[in-house]
Amino acid sequence: MEDADKLEAFQAKIDDDIKIEPKDWMPEKYRQNLVRQISQHAHSEVIGMQPEGNWLTRAPSLRSKKILMAKIQDEGGHGLYLYCAAETLGVKREQFLQWLHEGKAKYSSVFNYPTLTWADIGAIGWLVDGAAIVNQVSLQGTSYGPYSRAMIKICMEESFHQRQGYEIMATLAKGTVEQKEMAQDALNRWWWPSLMMFGPHDSESAHSSQSLKWRIKRESNDELRQKFIDKTIGQGEIIGLTFPDPLLKWNEKIQHYDYSPINWDEFWNVVKGFGAGNKKRLQHHRKAHEDGRWVREAAKAYADKKSFKQKSA
Amino acid sequence: MGKDNQGVLWEVFIQPKAGGTYKHVGSLHAYDKEMAMQSARDLYTRRSEGNGIWLVKGEDIVSSQSIDDEAFFDPANDKIYRHPTFYKMPDGAKHI
Amino acid sequence: MKATIDYTLRLGDSALILSHRIAEYCSKAPHLEEDLAITNVGLDLLGQAENLLTYAAKLKGNTTADELTFKRKEKDFRCVHLVETPNIDFAYILARQFLMDIYHNLLYTKLADSSDETIAGISKKAIKEVRYHLQRSQDWVVRLGQGTEESHQRIQNAFDELWMYTDELFFDNSTDKEVAEKGIAPLNSSLKAEWKEKVNQVLQDATLKIPEEIHHTLQYGKNGCHTEYLGFLLAEMQHLPLLYPDAKW
Repeated sequence: MEDADKLEAFQAKIDDDIKIEPKDWMPEKYRQNLVRQISQHAHSEVIGMQPEGNWLTRAPSLRSKKILMAKIQDEGGHGLYLYCAAETLGVKREQFLQWLHEGKAKYSSVFNYPTLTWADIGAIGWLVDGAAIVNQVSLQGTSYGPYSRAMIKICMEESFHQRQGYEIMATLAKGTVEQKEMAQDALNRWWWPSLMMFGPHDSESAHSSQSLKWRIKRESNDELRQKFIDKTIGQGEIIGLTFPDPLLKWNEKIQHYDYSPINWDEFWNVVKGFGAGNKKRLQHHRKAHEDGRWVREAAKAYADKKSFKQKSA
Repeated sequence: MGKDNQGVLWEVFIQPKAGGTYKHVGSLHAYDKEMAMQSARDLYTRRSEGNGIWLVKGEDIVSSQSIDDEAFFDPANDKIYRHPTFYKMPDGAKHI
Repeated sequence: MKATIDYTLRLGDSALILSHRIAEYCSKAPHLEEDLAITNVGLDLLGQAENLLTYAAKLKGNTTADELTFKRKEKDFRCVHLVETPNIDFAYILARQFLMDIYHNLLYTKLADSSDETIAGISKKAIKEVRYHLQRSQDWVVRLGQGTEESHQRIQNAFDELWMYTDELFFDNSTDKEVAEKGIAPLNSSLKAEWKEKVNQVLQDATLKIPEEIHHTLQYGKNGCHTEYLGFLLAEMQHLPLLYPDAKW
């Protein structure tokens, strides 16, 4: 079959919602798009362990410590599912890690923001995970089989994360004056970064239209962002918190919230590496990787010795 | 500094309940089979999703190729008499 | 009663602090799968700590597990020195874990028959977990011992350094004698021989030298005298509730 025929057959599969599997023919650009998207999604989960890990040793109750530990572990696990899905496209994990360390791969820039108080942990669970859930629910329908299955698994585990965060915010909001201030301050700092997680406006997104055509993405950035805003405002109001947006208002006509224009300068600065935590996150990851090199080498050496013994037996 | 090594890729199959089918749930990296089994438990049965675990090294899996699909799978589509829905049961016959 | 409280606090505090050390290591492990695995161990230990401290709180009356965790002064903690030692590197973490895992396996097996029903119940649940922890840590000790020259050296160092803290595990103070008399717990000294045998077996398997016996201190954590490490750990762990004394979390 000629490439043009293959491409037509491929698009027909996509349009029929038939999943593409690793063994299927796929356009090189499709494969590259996925290699980038899935591995960067994986990196995000793993880097995301850091801002929350910052408060694990200072969690103020046994229950919240237990839950936070389980959540961080889940995030690592999600990273793992995603690295494995990405590997089905013919790139090894060693390569993904190398690209990350060389600064050639990105991860969700929201994780570059610092966690300054315990309330930030609540805000991350409620808002950042909340935004991730909206995105991930949509991605369950992605055209690439292994990615879709990873998303389904992740979505099942994710809802506890958002509830964990919201519970922390609710507890703080009805606590002492200082606790309520802490919660409001965290919301103020994490609201816009959470909205920016959905990416640039569709009109300005380089990858968007091809991603939609190939059903890698099922909904546009703006559609998902609006979904998130619409379901979150009420949640904040119930616990007595306000949102840092003077133009935020329910629009009865279109049945959605209106909101202020996003400050994309900040977004692009953080993406380019000028955020408060950028350098720190990558350095931490590199250090863990380098510090652990001797361990990985030992594990490999031991496995080789064992298998050599077995072969000679 | 030598090249990094993240271990061997293993595919993981979980049997949710005794008597059930083993289902592919994903993969993991480990350096030996003991580590692989422990990782599979930690990764894929954290929420008690499993009664049994099978691990196979990725390199040992033999997979059908897409280009063979038509020849490999399609002929069976003609043989619809293999499916119970092909047969019309007389009224009154239940549970058959 | 007082002895039971003291004993329960010791078990609970040791699990709590060991779990805390593991929490410090989150996102720093050599390999993503290992990060998850080690966190799982930490979670199990935290669960055990919570059960034990909840029971201790009940026995004491007028307090909670959280209050015991976040408001007690250093001298009132009863954890053993070994769990206070810092995460120098992966070898130290696994060596510390291994030494505690064997001890916990032996101890919880005996405690499952405790005349104290609550302790027996908590122990029966804990056995399943610590059995798995031991399988893991034991495998790693052998891996590192046999792996490369570097890993061999590091794990040997770790055992050489941590060995002096193992003394305390088998020391019986007045609490131990009292709870043993009541059938609540075994004498720690009765566990030593089996512990040593198992440790030696694994170290040999790992081609490691068994460290020399050192008796390094007269003051033990189970008596409320801790290493210098604990103060710093508690400063971090207790920081928020102490800074906001009226707050509920």
